[in-house]
This record gives sequence, C-alpha cells and structure tokens, in this order.
Amino acid sequence: MSMIFGVPLAVLSGQLLIGVINGAFYALLSLGLAVIFGLLKIINFAHGAMYMLGAMATVILFDVLGVSYWVALIMAPLLVGVVGVLIEYFLLRRIAGQDHIYSLLLTFGIALLLQGVLTNIYGVSGMRYSMPDLFKGGVNLGFMFLPYYRAWVIVIALLVCFGTWFMIEKTKLGSYLRAGTEDAELMQGFGINVPLLVSLTYGFGVMLAAFAGVLAAPIYSVTPVMGSHILITVFAVVVIGGMGSIGGAIITGILMGVIEGLTKTFYPPASSAVIFLVMVVVLMFRPAGLFGKEA
Amino acid sequence: MSQSFNPADIHNAILEQQKVQDRKKMLLNGVLVLLLMAAPFVMYPVFLMKILCFALFAVAFNLLFGFTGLLSFGHAAFLATGGYTTGYLLSNYSGLTTEVGILAGTAVATGLGLAFALLSIRRQGIYFAMVTLALAQLVFFFFVQSEFTGGEDGMHGIPRGHLFGVINLEDNLNMYYFVLAVFLGCYLLVQRIVSSPYGQVLKSIKQNEPRAVSLGYNVDRYKILAFVISAALAGLAGSMKSVVFQLTSLNDAHWHMSGEVILMTLVGGMGTLLGPVVGATFVVNVEYQLSQGSLRDWVDPILGGIFILTVLAFRSGIVGEIQKFLRKNMG
Repeated sequence: MSMIFGVPLAVLSGQLLIGVINGAFYALLSLGLAVIFGLLKIINFAHGAMYMLGAMATVILFDVLGVSYWVALIMAPLLVGVVGVLIEYFLLRRIAGQDHIYSLLLTFGIALLLQGVLTNIYGVSGMRYSMPDLFKGGVNLGFMFLPYYRAWVIVIALLVCFGTWFMIEKTKLGSYLRAGTEDAELMQGFGINVPLLVSLTYGFGVMLAAFAGVLAAPIYSVTPVMGSHILITVFAVVVIGGMGSIGGAIITGILMGVIEGLTKTFYPPASSAVIFLVMVVVLMFRPAGLFGKEA
Repeated sequence: MSQSFNPADIHNAILEQQKVQDRKKMLLNGVLVLLLMAAPFVMYPVFLMKILCFALFAVAFNLLFGFTGLLSFGHAAFLATGGYTTGYLLSNYSGLTTEVGILAGTAVATGLGLAFALLSIRRQGIYFAMVTLALAQLVFFFFVQSEFTGGEDGMHGIPRGHLFGVINLEDNLNMYYFVLAVFLGCYLLVQRIVSSPYGQVLKSIKQNEPRAVSLGYNVDRYKILAFVISAALAGLAGSMKSVVFQLTSLNDAHWHMSGEVILMTLVGGMGTLLGPVVGATFVVNVEYQLSQGSLRDWVDPILGGIFILTVLAFRSGIVGEIQKFLRKNMG
C-alpha cells in the first residue's frame, strides 16, 4: 500500500474526506455567523442552538409527520428562520445600539434556554435519522471509498455558501443590506424598511445554521447539545477568517476542517485543540483575522 | 450672619458628609461581617463555602470586566488551573500544609494569567473575548488529556489537611472561617485596588481608552496587571474550592463556567463591589434550590431565562438597580 509520510494513503485520504466534510459544516455555520456579525454586529451565541434546532426539526418532522429528508431540507430551515425572526423582533432588537457584548450575553442565554428545554423533552442520547435511500452506498475511487451522502453534503454546502456570498457581495439586495447596516437612517429615507431587513437577515443567518443541521442529521448523532459542542469551534473559525468577512468564513471553514483532519492523522491528541491553536497564532500576527479588515 | 460661600467651608462640609457616609458604610460592613461569621451556625457550612468560593471568583472576574471593561471569556481556565494544581499537590505530597498547596495553585494560575494577558491584551472588545476563549479551550483540552486530572471523572479525595500544620481543616467550621478570612482579605484588596489611583486609571481605560492613552498612561501595562490580579484571585478561588469539596472536575474548566461567572457578575451588578458577591449568592442559591425540587432538570433553561431577563431589563444588576433606586429616592 502506498504511504505518505508514514501514513497509508487510504487512511490519510479518509481523514482528509472527513476533514472536508467537517469543513463544509464549519463553512456553513461560520458563514451564518459572519452574515449576522458582519451586517448586524450581533455576536450570535445562539447559532449552535439553531444548528441543533435544524437537526432536531428534521428528526421530529420525520417522526411526527413522516416528512421526508427532501422536504425537511426546505422546511426545517424555514421553521428555524421564523424562530430567528421572532428572536430578533422580540429580544435582540431591544439591545440594538448597546455594546456588542450584550448581544453575546443575550444569545448565550437564549442558547442555554433552548438547549435546556429540548434536553428535558428529548434527553441527551442521540436520536437516529436514517439516510434517504438515494444516498445509500458509495463509489470506490481506487485510493478511497466515497459514500454518496458525504459527496452530496460537500457539493450542496459549497453551492449554498457560494450562493450566499454571491447574493451579499454581488446583487442589489446585498448592496441594500450592506448599505442598510452602514447607515440605517439614510436607507429609511430611500423608503427601505430597515428593521424588516434586519429581522430577515438574522432569520437568514440562522437558516444557514439550520440547513447545516439538516445535512448533519443523517451522519452525526442528533442531540440537544450537539450545537454547544460545535459552537465554540465555529467561533474560532470566524475569528480566524476575520469576523464579518463572508468569503473568509467559507474558505477558513473548509481549511480548518482539513487541518483538523490532518492533525487527526498525524497527531491525534491535538486534533480537538488545533483550531484554537491556529486562532491564537493568527490573531497574534493578523489581529483582524486572515481575511478581515483592521477595524 | 451672612451666607458664606467660602470654598474652604464647602470643601469641609463635603468632607464632613463623606465622613458620615464612610462611618455608615463601615457600620454596614461590620454588620455584614458579623452575619457572615454567625452564618455557619444557621446554615450548612459547605454550602456557605461554595457561595464564598464563587463570590471570590466573581469578584475576580468583575475586577477585569466591571472595572476595566475587558470581557474575558476564559476565566474558567484560572479557576480550574488553581483547583487542579492544589488538588494534585495536596493529593500527592502529604508533607505539604494546606496553605502551601493553595498558594501554589494561586501561583500557577497567576503565571497562566500572565501568559493569557500577554497574548490577548492588544486585542479589543469581542476579539479579546474570543482570544481568551480560545486560550481557555486549549487549557481545557490539556486538562482533558492529562493523566493527573482524572479526565472525565475528575480528581477525588483531595485531603483538606491542616492549616499551618496545626488547624484541622477536616472540621467544617475551621474550614469555613479560613475560607471566610481569605475571602474578606481578597474583597478588601479589590476594594483597595479599585479606589486607588491605579483603580482610577483602570476605570478611565474602561470609559475611554484613547483618552487614557493620550493622557500618557501605558494602558497595556495597566490592563496586563489587572488581568494578572484577576487571574490570581480566580485561581485562588479554584484552589480553595478544591480543598473545600475535596474534588475538582472538568466542569470548572468548561467554557460554560466562564459563562456562569459572567452571569453571576451581571445579575449582581457589574462594576459594583458588592454586585458579584450578591450575584454569586443568587446564582448558587437558584441552582441549589432548583436542584432540590421538582424543577431539578430545569436549572439550565432557568439560568438562560435569567440571563435574557438581566440583559434586557436589569442591565445594572441587583446591586446596581438598588443603587439607582436609592439615588433617585433618597437624594
């Protein structure tokens, strides 16, 4: 068997694949965080909870209504998006203009609340969600085995990421969004409903998290605490990429997944810490992150 | 007699008023200390010690957040480092007296605090919070993987030992008065720091950092010192906690603990001296009361609710709101 740096190629490519998959999740989640922070200056500590809600909704919709994976892929993010809009409207709006720190504390409270309530209802043991039949099996690439579902996750996650980046950076709607957050009063003057825009942006950001949650349901164990485990890592990814940088979040997300996968191959004990290590190093040399602009 | 507008008289009058207020404050503090000394005869001493340990932790955190304006999201690292160090030393070196173990825990936490401070101090606001969080995560993973911490099980059976080799700390009452003495000492120290010229500089950094810089203060040095003192006190809290409970676990190192100390400080009133103490008492009590009753499983969501309510409606916290009320109604 061919070896690379003393590691069998199959093992290395397997870990790399898992790294890219995790990276796709990091990218989707950090993208949502970057949208919310970049446009609204809200540090959304409830983001992990929204990811969890997306996955939980997928399982619950299936159990209760028999809703298929494909319907859940649309429905769960929409439902969570509505939850997000309500949270923005009833809670976050009240602290607009305060120090960013308060949005962190408020959303941290929301996450504790949501996670706690769902833990009480469903317990912390993982719920099973079976994959759609279409994705059973995989293809042998010669040097490794690629399950169809993993390939699908990578492709669709990248598409959604790119679509979001395109919408915010290249379309008229995106320019309204960016302008609305730069100078709300001026945009109001042009007849644009900025508060609505803010609600929808928050809703959209958490929809991305929920979408990642649906994608995660068939491959990770679905539990009320799944969001809290990934949240801190995703925050590190956003900070490394540069808070608020849309493209930075996507690229860094995938990069960090790969770095984590490589670490797992060559030095397993460090794999859970490596992203934080990268973050500390990056911030020492580039305080605004890899792709961020110095404030 | 003609009305006097002599500035000296006005100055004296203000000083006189200040003296009366100081005396009132002294009296109030005296009563509080007496109450604390009598408390173990009516309440379970271990529970009181838990409150005191967390109160010290919150006081330490508040020195940084409330008075200097730096939100550290990694203070659990110092609590855990103090706890694990003290626990390890007291468990493995039977010749050590308890105070040496606690001092060693505090010292290691202080060193870690200096390292954190040097790496994070130039970052502002949310970046600062995130760097401290990342550093604390590294510490967390270190403790998860180290043999001596007992991993997921934690460290058990830490001996309380003898204070100065004489006073038996297995006795809860002895232990309580020791913890109370340390707590009061630290509280007075923080009070002293905050009201000193150094504390004034810290407050001015919080209010307007560029102005402090333009006044010629070496802002970074002030912030580093505040961070190190805060880390030392947090480590001391962790060290004492491990001796009181005779155990230390990963809970102390988890980022949720960093969140909890923020909650305590915020609920009590950040930037006030008594606030963190009141907040810690409140949160520990809520957790304890809930865990006894039928709401056992609802501790986390209820704490989450308290978080939300505090941020939305009582941002000055219990002590802050009371102060506001008094100022409005008592002149």
